Amino acid sequence: MTIAADPYEGPVVLPDDPSLGPEVQVDYPGYRSTRWRAPKDPLVTLPEELHRIDGPVFGESALAPLDNDLTRQHDGEPLGERILVHGRVLGDDGKPIRGALVEVWQANAAGRYRHDVDVHPAPLDPNFSGAGRCLTDDEGRYSFTTIKPGAYPWRNHDNAWRPAHIHFSLFGRLFTERLVTQMYFPGDPLFPHDPIFNSVRDPRSRELLVARFDLAKTEPEWALAYEWDVVLRSTPFEP
Amino acid sequence: MSTPTPSQTVGPYYAIGLCRRPDDELDPDGIELAGRLLDGQGEPIGDGVVELWEAERRLWGRSGTDAEGRFRFLVPRDAAVLEAFVFARGLLRHQRTRIYLREAEDEVLAGLEPARRATLVAWTEDGRLRFDIRMQGDRATVFFAH
Repeated sequence: MTIAADPYEGPVVLPDDPSLGPEVQVDYPGYRSTRWRAPKDPLVTLPEELHRIDGPVFGESALAPLDNDLTRQHDGEPLGERILVHGRVLGDDGKPIRGALVEVWQANAAGRYRHDVDVHPAPLDPNFSGAGRCLTDDEGRYSFTTIKPGAYPWRNHDNAWRPAHIHFSLFGRLFTERLVTQMYFPGDPLFPHDPIFNSVRDPRSRELLVARFDLAKTEPEWALAYEWDVVLRSTPFEP
Repeated sequence: MSTPTPSQTVGPYYAIGLCRRPDDELDPDGIELAGRLLDGQGEPIGDGVVELWEAERRLWGRSGTDAEGRFRFLVPRDAAVLEAFVFARGLLRHQRTRIYLREAEDEVLAGLEPARRATLVAWTEDGRLRFDIRMQGDRATVFFAH
């Protein structure tokens, strides 16, 4: 998390632009790391058949026991608010994708990642690694037990804090259905101030990144629940 | 049509979730394919991930980059082309490119200027394949709409 030598003076968050739909603005100036990393040349269009190739399929061998329960990977229980996160992985035709590998990683309840690069002066939790995996079932369903991650500072701009989120990585049926994204929690006061969240400039599409509090799936005396469905795109964005 | 879920960056801490086990051998008996991931100032991207897919034989691999931006795979010697995705902090969506293991004639390469098509072809160095990925600049790698 290095600070660029040349401070960015522009707005951290750009105004909404519903015309972009679910596309992210990859050269989003308020997210400073995009400056030297987002491609500048126009993307080249591939022949149609190269959008339709099958992708990798992962089986049970990709999983270890307790991979989908991030609260039971150590001798003791992690600190924080225990939650269930569940939902479905769907194609953009609305049909469930079964056997999809879903990988997650996140900060602990204090907003600290178990990673050498993270120097946020918040405590690590010896009972929390913050990583999980699962495969979707025949109805496209995935489920994780974890703890609610904390917000954390990230030096992108003055007093920059990321809203609490869980990173998700998903493989669909097609190679091109690959998606890496972040799931957020409803009502986070940091939403209007976060350039990563707002790099999706269509507000309706942005809402698709926010989980729904799910009282029906909440386990009494145990854990709150959140529901979040993911739709994988099968066709390319316009170059 | 359901609206697709938007992409968000993989961020700097992806290794927690994506690099828990070595996944860089598409073919354990293959040839080494090594390279660097570089930003628009020629600086290494030390927090990137490259994923490769050899669609013919259905071989997949993933390599995080080190502090010098280096990635490394073992790939089948006789593969023609590998599909590639690049993820990194600062990339709000992953980018798609192709790695040709040797010069080739196909529709994709034919549509590119010679200097641009050269960015997609690996070269041999000390008995292994080399391929650098440049996100920006005069020698920027060709990225494809996806």
